[in-house]
Amino acid sequence: MTTDTWVSRTIPIAGVALHVARAGSGAPLLLLHHDIGAPERLPFYDALARDFTVLLPSHPGFDKSERPSWLRGVRDVAIVYQSLLAQHEVTRGRADVSVVGLGFGGWIAAEMATMAPAALKRLVLVNAMGIKPEHGDIADQALLSYIDYVRLGFADQSAFDRLFGADPSTSTLEQWDLNREMTFRIAWKPYMYNPTLPHLLGGVTTPALVVWGSDDRIVPRECGERYAKALPQARLQIVERAGHFIEMERPESLARLVGDFLCT
Amino acid sequence: MHLMYFTEQPMSAYPEQEGREFGATALMFSNRFFDPIAGSRLYNEYLEHYRLAEEVGFDGIMLNEHHNAPFCMQAKCNIFASILAATTKRVKIVLLGNPLPLADNPVRLAEELAMIDMVSRGRLVSGFVRGGGQEQLATGVNPAYNRERFEEAHELIVKAWTQVGPFRFEGTHYQHRVVNPWAMPLQKPHPRVWIPGVLSKETIVWAAQKGYPYIALSTEIEATKKIWQLYDKVAAESGHAGGPEFRGYLQRCHVAESEEKAMENARQFMWMQGEFTGLAHPVWSSPSGYFSPSYRTAFVEYAVGRRSNPRGAAFEDQIVNQQIVAGTPRTVIPKLRRLLEETRPSIMGFWASDGFVSNQDTRTCIRLLGEEVLPPLREIGKELGLWSPFEANAPVSRAFPEPARPAGDTP
Repeated sequence: MTTDTWVSRTIPIAGVALHVARAGSGAPLLLLHHDIGAPERLPFYDALARDFTVLLPSHPGFDKSERPSWLRGVRDVAIVYQSLLAQHEVTRGRADVSVVGLGFGGWIAAEMATMAPAALKRLVLVNAMGIKPEHGDIADQALLSYIDYVRLGFADQSAFDRLFGADPSTSTLEQWDLNREMTFRIAWKPYMYNPTLPHLLGGVTTPALVVWGSDDRIVPRECGERYAKALPQARLQIVERAGHFIEMERPESLARLVGDFLCT
Repeated sequence: MHLMYFTEQPMSAYPEQEGREFGATALMFSNRFFDPIAGSRLYNEYLEHYRLAEEVGFDGIMLNEHHNAPFCMQAKCNIFASILAATTKRVKIVLLGNPLPLADNPVRLAEELAMIDMVSRGRLVSGFVRGGGQEQLATGVNPAYNRERFEEAHELIVKAWTQVGPFRFEGTHYQHRVVNPWAMPLQKPHPRVWIPGVLSKETIVWAAQKGYPYIALSTEIEATKKIWQLYDKVAAESGHAGGPEFRGYLQRCHVAESEEKAMENARQFMWMQGEFTGLAHPVWSSPSGYFSPSYRTAFVEYAVGRRSNPRGAAFEDQIVNQQIVAGTPRTVIPKLRRLLEETRPSIMGFWASDGFVSNQDTRTCIRLLGEEVLPPLREIGKELGLWSPFEANAPVSRAFPEPARPAGDTP
C-alpha cells in the first residue's frame, strides 16, 4: 500500500463540513485521532489500510475540518460521527464497522459506543481519555507548551524528533495551538473526562480492546483498568516501551494488535 | 482632565530567589511563599495611600484585580472599592476593572457594583476587562469563550442596571430565570463604563462601537497613537466623534525629591520584568483561544522563544520611550506634556510605584504628584482642550446617550 492511495474529501455531516481521509480496502474502520490532531500520513494509518477500509476524519474544528461555533461538547462530536457512519458510503448499512480511538479520540469512540452499542462490531480504545482517574490526574495541557505536551506523550524522545523534528516548525505549532483551542472549546470542564461515562459503559455490549502504553504520562494506566472493568466485554493490553502516542512510537505493534482483535 | 492614582498593590515581601529558581512568579508559583503578616501590613498601607491621594488632589482612585501572583495583591477589586466607598469623600472609584468572563453570576456583580455606587453616593466608574490569560486558568474559566462571556456578561449587567425587573435572561453562557436585583445603582442611566486594554484590537473596536472610553495601559506613544486612530475610525463609523473624552492612559510615573532617588525607585517598575503579569510561561498568560486568531503565528513563535516578548523592553528604553516617566516634579512635567500633546487623553492614571519602593517614598511620590504635578497638568489639559467625560458631560454610551448623574441630582 502506497501513500498516494489516500483520498480526502470534505463531507457535510450534521451541519459540519467534515474533512475525511480514506484509504484501503476490507471491512470499514473509523479511526479517531488525538487532541493534538493527526499528522497527514503515518505508517500506522498505512498498516491499517492494508486490511481495512479506513476512514480518518479530522474532528470538527480540528486540522482541516471547519469549526462549528455551536459545537461545545465531546458528545456532540460522537453524535456527528454516528451520523457519519449512517451516511458514508463505506459504512452505511454495514454491520461490520469498527472504531479505533486514539487518546482523546478514544473518549469520542467510547461515547459513540454508549449511544449505539449494536452499531459497532468492535471497539478499540488506545490510551483513551474520558474517565476520571481515582488517584492521579490526566495531564493538563493548559499548563504546558505545545512541544512539552506532545513530548510528554512519547516514551522515546527520538521518535518525537523523527516525526516532528527536534524543533518543530511554526506551522506545526500553529496547528497544535488551533487543535488545543478546539479541545478547550469542547473538553475544558471537567477537563478530559465525562463523569457519567463510566456508568454508561456498562451498556456497551460491543467487544472491546483497551490498549495502553506502559509509559503513558498523559492518561494514567488506571484509566485503562477502569475502562476494561466498566466495559462488559473488554480486556486491557499493555504495549511496552510506549507512551501516549503509541501509534507514532510503535506503529507495527499497535496495528498488529488492532488487526488481530478486529479479525477474530 | 481626570487624574487618577493607581498601584498594582505589589506583594514584594516574597522570597525573590524562590521565584527565580522556579522560573515563574505567576499562576503556578506556590502560595507557600505568600506572607499574610506582610499582606496585612501592605493592604493597610495601600489604603492609607489611597486616602492620601484623595487628600492631595487626585480626582480618582483606579483599582484592578489579578490572581495567583505577587505582582498584584488585589484578588477582588470590589472589596477595595467598597472600603473606599465608605472611607473617601470626593474621589471617583474607578474599577479597571472587573474581569467579566471570570464571573459565573454577572447579576451578583451588578448588585455589588450598585451597592458600591450607592455607598459612595454615585462615585463609581465601572470598568470591565477580559482578565489576563492566567486568570482564566486560576479560576477554571474556559479561555476559548473569554470574549463571548465578556460581551454577554456586559449585556446582562447593563440590562440589570437599566431594565425594570423582574425579567428573564437566556444567553449562551448565562441563563437567569429571574433578574430582579434589589440593589440598583444611584447613578442614572447607569455608572460610567471605561474599558482598559493593552493589545487586543477587538477590545478597542468594541469600546469604540459602544461609545465607552478606552484606557490604554502603558503602551508606547506610537502604539497609543495607533490605538486612537483605530478607535476614532470605528467611532466615526458608529456615529460618534471620539476624541479626548474617550481616551485614557495609564502612565508609570514616579516622582521624588531628587532625580537620583526617582530613577532608583523607578527601576522597581522592572520588579516583575516590566510585565503586568509577572513572569509566567507564555501559554499560561495566553492560553489557546484567549487571543484573537490573527495573533496565532506570532504567539506560537513567542511561546517557544522564536520571537522576543513584545512587552519586554529594557528599563533604559522604557525611560526613553516614556513608558516609564521618573524625576522631580520639574523634570517630569515636560515629559507628561509631550504625552498629552501627542496622544491627547483626558483621563490619566498615575501608576506611582511598584516592587520594593518604601512606604515613605511612595507617600512622598503621591504628595509631590498631587501638590506639584497635577495642578500644572490641569493647566496643560485646559490649554489643549482635554476635557474629561465628566467635564465634557459626555454620554455614558451610544446606547444611553446622556451623562451619568446620581438619581435625585438636578443638572
